[in-house]
Amino acid sequence: MIDRIDRRHVLAVLAPILVLMPPLAMAEDSLPSAVAHMDDNPWQTMFLLDQFEWQDAEEGGALVWDVNAWAGTDDHRVLLRAAGERVDGTTEENRVELLWWHPVASRWDLVAGLRQDLEPVTPRSYAALGVQGLAPWWVHVEATAYLGERGQTAATLEAETDLLLTNRLILAPRLEAEAYGRDDERNGVGNGLSEITAGLRLRYEIRREFAPYFGLEWTGKLGDTADLARADGESVRDARWVAGLQVWF
Amino acid sequence: MSDNYLPRAGRRRFLQGLALGAAAIGLGWRAARAAAPPEVLRGNDFDLRIGAVPVNFTGRERTAITVNGSLPAPVLHWREGDTVTLRVTNTLDEPTSIHWHGLLLPADMDGVPGLSFPGIAPGETFTYQFPVRQNGTYWYHSHSGMQEQLGLYGALVIEPRAADPLAVDRDHVIVLSDWTDEDPHRVLARLKKQPDYYNFHQRTVADFFRDVKRTGLGATLADRHMWGNMRMNPTDLADVSGYTYTYLMNGEAPVDNWTGLFRPGERVRLRFINAAAMTLFDVRIPGLKMTVVATDGQPVVPVVVDEFRIGNAECYDVLVTPEGDQAWTIFAQSMDRTGFARGTLAPRAGMSAAVPAPDPRVLLTMADMGHGGSGHDMSAMAGHEGHEMPATASSRVTIHHAPTEFGPGVDMRATNPSPRLDDPGIGLRDNGRRVLTYADLASPGADPDGREPGRTIELHLTGNMERYVWSFNGLKMSEAGPIRLTLGERVRFLLVNDTMMDHPIHLHGMWSDLEDEEGRFKVRKHTLIVKAGHWLSYRVTADAPGPWAYHCHLALHMESGMFRTVLVADAAAEGSPTEGHGHD
Repeated sequence: MIDRIDRRHVLAVLAPILVLMPPLAMAEDSLPSAVAHMDDNPWQTMFLLDQFEWQDAEEGGALVWDVNAWAGTDDHRVLLRAAGERVDGTTEENRVELLWWHPVASRWDLVAGLRQDLEPVTPRSYAALGVQGLAPWWVHVEATAYLGERGQTAATLEAETDLLLTNRLILAPRLEAEAYGRDDERNGVGNGLSEITAGLRLRYEIRREFAPYFGLEWTGKLGDTADLARADGESVRDARWVAGLQVWF
Repeated sequence: MSDNYLPRAGRRRFLQGLALGAAAIGLGWRAARAAAPPEVLRGNDFDLRIGAVPVNFTGRERTAITVNGSLPAPVLHWREGDTVTLRVTNTLDEPTSIHWHGLLLPADMDGVPGLSFPGIAPGETFTYQFPVRQNGTYWYHSHSGMQEQLGLYGALVIEPRAADPLAVDRDHVIVLSDWTDEDPHRVLARLKKQPDYYNFHQRTVADFFRDVKRTGLGATLADRHMWGNMRMNPTDLADVSGYTYTYLMNGEAPVDNWTGLFRPGERVRLRFINAAAMTLFDVRIPGLKMTVVATDGQPVVPVVVDEFRIGNAECYDVLVTPEGDQAWTIFAQSMDRTGFARGTLAPRAGMSAAVPAPDPRVLLTMADMGHGGSGHDMSAMAGHEGHEMPATASSRVTIHHAPTEFGPGVDMRATNPSPRLDDPGIGLRDNGRRVLTYADLASPGADPDGREPGRTIELHLTGNMERYVWSFNGLKMSEAGPIRLTLGERVRFLLVNDTMMDHPIHLHGMWSDLEDEEGRFKVRKHTLIVKAGHWLSYRVTADAPGPWAYHCHLALHMESGMFRTVLVADAAAEGSPTEGHGHD
């Protein structure tokens, strides 16, 4: 369980963000708008089910999800990231991030907030700080650093791009990397670069908002994390077929 | 969301006439239109009722917002010198308004909610009354939310007090517009989430290999690297395309073939008005020369052309003299070539002529982004996005990027924008036809004011396509104060396009007197296209006191913040500095 001191630690990082966010978000609205009908900074919401897929894991079929949802204006948004995996009726991974989002450059946004790992095994809480945006060559990047309990640190990097075979048939390579500052044996995580995932998904946009896909995903555990996996008798490298649906609205 | 998307796409293609034209009529299928064609109302006293009516342009019933039940709204015929009275009744369940586009009138009659008046509440009647001080072709439309996109627009024809100097035998009003079955707010929301939502002509892997074959691997990689580095899309010719739009001529889809009659040999004046929300049109009548005689209601020295581009809210009067017992197609293709509005000039109803295919799509170049001037050596410019050196635009003008342009809301700044008025613009260059340019337009007289502008207000048209935000000088409407003009002053507006789209810019209440590259008066207009990668300047005589709207006439750009209030007041009344770089 999370002990009190660590929870306070997380709150200390989050509190200024949560306190500052509403007034910042409202600052624009409080300006007198001369033209009554116009709202050039409208409240918007988006729900993106980026991945909702079946994977042919060794242990049997796995259900994997990756959600990206937001609500807010052009200047301030609340962002929800949720990702997880369920194998054989058991949730093996379940991570939720609640972030404040703010654009800082023409292609880049700042995110800050809280990450909560509900699975595997022992729940962990982190404060999160990161950037996301569009790197050259239209590569969507999310890079986030985390500070957690007992001085645990972590970092994730996600990069994805679209290769248009046609304007509806799109091949999307994706790379994810994860690293930790300390061992967390209970959760099977070792210090250093822990896991790399490379995926290739081919989707067909029946509508922009609705695209079934299939593809291949390769995962490799590295360093101490790999050693822990071997000790537990788990595989270190894994290649899976995937098939799923991308939906947004 | 569409429940049966694919069949709909097939039918939409059919309705838009993309593949066919006359063949469609052979199949005998016509789009059912529920809205009545516009009636012609003459005089100086009018009752207009704004209401919702069902329409059907695509095989699906939708609700349009109309005046007196017609789409477009009635053609209003006024006479210069009269005082007109218009009682406008709102039968909607939301506020509405009518703006008289291009008219010189008191600020409280201009019809912009929040600026001119509070708007017309549901159930209320607002009485507009003002003297008509000009003549020519104008139009009117709602200035409330997305009501213009939903059908609230109509033509205004103002007869001159004196005899019409143009001896024409016949007159036709041609209102071009775009219709979507989607809720326009949803269109905007989609663009905010996925800015290329409506662009189905992006470059593919196959295009890459085609380019390798054509220009070699090195050049293709350099080109892809340049665009990839900038994160700009060379196929971004329009934000909203024929994927959702049906393009209308006088409220009729291409398959319905709006027809204007003539007797062979007659001199016919066509009064073109672009009432579209998001579409610039390229207009021609294959086989017929058009003589442009007026723009934005104001006469110009006649110029004979094959084709002209008409930006949103612009008006062009052209004369044609069709001969023989044959039909002629009026063809208005959208700037992004994803569809067209189409109608026919014919001696009898029921005739039609061949409908051309839309021109090939072109790609944007570095010059269209204001990075030209290095002999179109595109690879040499790679990575120059965000260049901060002051751009030199000509010997006359130096371009300054305001500090507010260097924020998240701006994705590019032109380093070397072109002043050329004789460039017909993207997709019209070297097409083998004589295409009108602003360089061809000249008011018959000298500068009606005659004074040199006392100062220059420099404004940059800015935006961030990926975020879908639009602004002047990097500031949206809600982030900026008004532009203040002193009553009676003559001021120059210098507009620099720091985006890769054309923006039709409209100042309410006062004329925009376009200057040539050297700063000499050229032509009087109410709406001016500032081409991608270009700058232009015009003079304004601040002779109309009050708050006025000033904005891009692409509806979603306006709605997203490319809008300012221009406040004209006595010198003594105001002391605050104005926005923009003022040069004396």
